Amino acid sequence: MSKDNQILEDLNSKEYEHGWSVNFETDEAPLGLNEDIIRWISTKKEEPTWLLEWRLKAFKTWQAMKEPEWANVHYAKMDLQALRYYSAPKQSKKPKNINEVDPELIAIYERLGISLNEQKRLQGIAIDVVLDSVSVATTFKETLGKLGIIFCSFSEAVKEHPELIQKYLGSVVPMTDNYYAALNAAVFSDGSFCYIPKGVRCPMELSTYFRINAANTGQFERTLIVADDSSYVSYLEGCTAPQRDENQLHAAVVEIYAGAHAEVKYSTVQNWFPGDKDGKGGIFNFVTKRGICAGDHSKISWTQVETGSAVTWKYPSCILKGDYSIGEFYSVAVTNNYQQADTGTKMIHIGKNTKSRIVSKGISAGKSQNSYRGQVQVMKRAHNARNFSQCDSLLMGDQCGAHTFPYIDIANPSAKVEHEATTSKIGEDQIFYCNQRGIATEDAVALIVNGYAKEVLNQLPMEFAVEAQKLLALTLEGSVG
Amino acid sequence: MLSIKNLHASIEGTPILRGINLEVKAGEVHAIMGPNGSGKSTLASVLAGREEYDVTEGEVIFQGKELLELSPEDRAREGVFLAFQYPIEIPGVSTTNFLRTALNQVREYRGLEPLDAVKFLSLMKEKMALVEIDQKLLSRSLNEGFSGGEKKRNEIFQMAMLEPVLSILDETDSGLDIDALRIVSNGVNKLKSEKTATIVVTHYQRLLDYIVPDFVHVLYKGRIVKSGTKELALELEEKGYDWIKEEVDSTATV
Ligand SMILES: Nc1ncnc2c1ncn2[C@@H]1O[C@H](COP(=O)(O)OP(=O)(O)O)[C@@H](O)[C@H]1O
Ligand SMILES: [Mg+2]
Repeated sequence: MSKDNQILEDLNSKEYEHGWSVNFETDEAPLGLNEDIIRWISTKKEEPTWLLEWRLKAFKTWQAMKEPEWANVHYAKMDLQALRYYSAPKQSKKPKNINEVDPELIAIYERLGISLNEQKRLQGIAIDVVLDSVSVATTFKETLGKLGIIFCSFSEAVKEHPELIQKYLGSVVPMTDNYYAALNAAVFSDGSFCYIPKGVRCPMELSTYFRINAANTGQFERTLIVADDSSYVSYLEGCTAPQRDENQLHAAVVEIYAGAHAEVKYSTVQNWFPGDKDGKGGIFNFVTKRGICAGDHSKISWTQVETGSAVTWKYPSCILKGDYSIGEFYSVAVTNNYQQADTGTKMIHIGKNTKSRIVSKGISAGKSQNSYRGQVQVMKRAHNARNFSQCDSLLMGDQCGAHTFPYIDIANPSAKVEHEATTSKIGEDQIFYCNQRGIATEDAVALIVNGYAKEVLNQLPMEFAVEAQKLLALTLEGSVG
Repeated sequence: MLSIKNLHASIEGTPILRGINLEVKAGEVHAIMGPNGSGKSTLASVLAGREEYDVTEGEVIFQGKELLELSPEDRAREGVFLAFQYPIEIPGVSTTNFLRTALNQVREYRGLEPLDAVKFLSLMKEKMALVEIDQKLLSRSLNEGFSGGEKKRNEIFQMAMLEPVLSILDETDSGLDIDALRIVSNGVNKLKSEKTATIVVTHYQRLLDYIVPDFVHVLYKGRIVKSGTKELALELEEKGYDWIKEEVDSTATV
């Protein structure tokens, strides 16, 4: 209740507020993409041979692949040879803990409103912060370590827990899954790793915060979350990038593994730079996210609030392999100005009595294009599979577009699949009604949009929900009246 | 308090209001009656600042200010309240949440501190009792799935919360059964004071048994064609509008 008002009060800047960048000394790979660059990255990261080979194999496959064109997005393809595939802040020595991290880097995060000081942090959220190509700090490692939870940067996990990485890396999103996933497999530089042992309920939210700072640098991080049998974890992801005239590429991969009776909640508030009002610049967000409910009675739930990026191509999916497993996808995608989003999910029912639920709320304003693309697939032996999909579109103005592309593919006659879709417009009537009670138009829009997206926002942890509400309002400022 | 002079307004080029004159003083209750389509809701909407209507002539002074110069939200913050004939639904936003936002914006305009959750809640409790509204209704999405009566009651509840100077009730009686009508009217009466005024738009006399007007005006074809006291309402109840229509239409053709 008090949330909304505070948010409304906070509404004053119309610009992307994280558009600044900082100059610091960096360690960079030369421009371009070839085997030598991949070797360069692997050497830089002191990786074992098996990982280098894995990367090279991915690269070979990728070379034969074509950038997908089926999505409802239009953009000038990037010259991938003109990008840099590794850029990291120079640090004299590897920080052992948060106290050894360069204060200059800590300051960047303070400015983004993220405190890395464990004492200062709000109640339980542990965070891994990734700046350009590397993880610069992970908090609460020790606290979590006592429970046997591993939460660290991907690079560290490769060194400290190679058996886990070797077992799970690429097990959910194969290296050759798609063009961007293959590219990521070849050149990924860092990311987060998390392992929750059997029977452990992770006592705090785990989170990764991605920040792109460097220019002409792609960000290719990987996140791997393994929830062993009967464990639970809630994971949050946030991101921002400086405002630049050129487009920047973010091609991440997230893999989630859930054992029997395990539950993973993965929430994203995506706030990459969306480009300016005329559609110049902005992040290309081409991301592959997938989870497997490997064990019986497991559950994976994706919640995403997509507000940023110039172009979004993203389908967080669930493979429901275990019997009685559950997959959920809750999404709010808002586009304004010239933004384009093609996002949705895939629910693949393999096990018996599996259930999936899809709630997608698209909001389009300005000249933007917003597409929901979702697939529900019920395999032959998936008896009694259930799916419910609700796809709503909200239009603001008459120059934007909303599209829905549901694909339903059923190989077992016992399946029950329901799909509901609505399209509505923010009414002048609604805004006038708010105005008449003393509410300014911008705040009225924020109120109406947050109401519309409520079912999804409710899925987010409290602090994230507040952040997300603010972002929705900010993204839509100036789009009505 | 409110002075409407020669107000003309049209929508999409069609004139609807064609020279309205009306003086409302603090403490007064004015009833505006008239057949369907005569322009009653249009008048209410123009006063509240609905953009679809073009004011082509005339002026409106509200507490010394040019009302027509103000944005709709500033009119509301100055104390103009419109109880809508057809209240709007806002899915996912509870009445409570909606009103908290509204009240605090109104307070800010008036240089007052926002109400914290505790004070807001106690104000709500007080006003809920006044219009006998159920708290459950207030936590549901605003007007979504409300019955006609619930919507109207909710409008009056909002009025009670916002404590306006000038309240315009547009057909608040329609959709209310007799008990609800009594409750809503009681609420309105309790909110009346020496400092506030009420304009009641209706085309039935029955509401005026409860909210007793000081003046009754008949609006027809965009003009106030007859004004009187509450006896005029009784006369209209008895005789209908035809005699007024005839009177006006015959003079118009001369
Ligand atoms: N949006 C609109 N477009 C065109 N005509 C309108 C519109 N709104 C109202 N009118 C017309 O204006 C006249 C007055 O309507 P209204 O003010 O609603 O009357 P009342 O409230 O007295 O029944 C009617 O003839 C109605 O058809
Ligand atoms: Mg009317």
